[in-house]
Amino acid sequence: MQDFSEAFGLAFRLVLSADPDLLEIIALSLKVSLSAVAIACLVGLPIGTAVAMGRFRGRTAVIILLNALMGLPPVVVGLLIYLLLSNAGPLGWMRLLYTPTAMIIAQAVLIAPIVAALSREVVEQLSTEYAEQFRSLSVPPGSAATALLWDARYSLLTVALAGFGRAIAEVGAVIIVGGNIDHLTRVMTTAIALETSKGDLALALGLGIVLITIALSVNAAVMALRLTATRYAYA
Amino acid sequence: MPDASAIADRRSWPEAADPPAPLGETRGLVYRPSDTALIDGIDLKIPGRGRTVVMGPNGAGKSLLLRLLHGLLIPTAGQVLWGGRPLDDGLRRQQAMVFQRPVLLRRSVAANIRFVLNLRGRAESAQVSEILDEVGLGELAHRPARLLSGGEQQRLTLARALATNPQELFLDEPTASLDPASTAAIEAIVNRAHARGTKIIFVTHDLGQARRLADDVIFLNAGRLAEHSPAHSFFDNPASQAARDYLEGRLVIRKPSR
Repeated sequence: MQDFSEAFGLAFRLVLSADPDLLEIIALSLKVSLSAVAIACLVGLPIGTAVAMGRFRGRTAVIILLNALMGLPPVVVGLLIYLLLSNAGPLGWMRLLYTPTAMIIAQAVLIAPIVAALSREVVEQLSTEYAEQFRSLSVPPGSAATALLWDARYSLLTVALAGFGRAIAEVGAVIIVGGNIDHLTRVMTTAIALETSKGDLALALGLGIVLITIALSVNAAVMALRLTATRYAYA
Repeated sequence: MPDASAIADRRSWPEAADPPAPLGETRGLVYRPSDTALIDGIDLKIPGRGRTVVMGPNGAGKSLLLRLLHGLLIPTAGQVLWGGRPLDDGLRRQQAMVFQRPVLLRRSVAANIRFVLNLRGRAESAQVSEILDEVGLGELAHRPARLLSGGEQQRLTLARALATNPQELFLDEPTASLDPASTAAIEAIVNRAHARGTKIIFVTHDLGQARRLADDVIFLNAGRLAEHSPAHSFFDNPASQAARDYLEGRLVIRKPSR
């Protein structure tokens, strides 16, 4: 019990003293996850919008697939990206394995379906509301898609934040493709796993405190966005 | 139910020797999304000038007719022609429609107007202000559109429709849930558009409003054309039993379609 309280005390001191090792890990975690969210949005938003607005054969199957992919196990994604990027894999020549880029790719693959599936739902709801008015105004499909994305911006930001929450908290994919190399690919989740197994609970707890703070902040940001958008009737 | 072809346009148009030259026309218009025809063989000639009011009991097919005339629905059979040409995308771009429930973009009042102006070229701020001033919304230009009152929202949708300079303006019960002052404001805007030469086709349940606005009345019952007459003839001496019942406040029973 005393060990625990000591560990907590040490963890808070690490956080409050802005320990350089801790900051380096946090910075890499944020860089990897924010980059992954950006890529996932670049890929997922157009797919979600196209599925929301399009009427084509197999649309229902695509929606089912997108929804199913939201639950992709991180370790499986990590394994697939590992196979792609390993020396024997088709993209081995790029020498990306055990780099932050590999971790970004893995997280982007993990959360792009989340962004696509959730944005499809958001855009489709708005599209249903606007459809007849847009048809009456002869709005071209490109302008309609842009207008829908813009008008759904608050809801889509919450989608992106949901993706970020998933990315920053996952450990399975990044530990396989990143390897948890100190000063190179060590992020908060992999560091917590490693330090816990080594018995260095203070650093693990310190990172855990930061991770929980980030998770809470993301949720608070989502809530604040929703409230602001609702207040101004933009949601 | 009397034969529609015998009824349509059978009444005299006293302002001229003949009815005004038709602008819109439907030939054997049928809309049957399932087993029942909701619009059942309507032949119409909509005059090229004035305000045409579409009336009829609930479920008569008024809103469907408007959507078919505007090309929002594809007829199961028959044709819609404007200026003698089958309705196509080019003709549709010369039309605009205001719906019963205002559909506004989640943006400011001015941005809603700017959106349609940008579709047809570049929107100038002065132009946006002018359009908003005309419907009395100039002061509210920067407010979120969806925070406006019901009457203001409907004025904005009307301003947005008119911003496209339509040749034909369709209005589907735009004042159904508005108070008398808001209704009067909408009617004033519609009348100004009419005075500028926009053809008005207006669906309403409100007899007072129909009397105030109509130059001619299309009366539908159970998806069929019961009559199409100049307004004064329709209100003073309706040709069809269904219209007489409707005007006298009797329940018009929907009869099964063919």
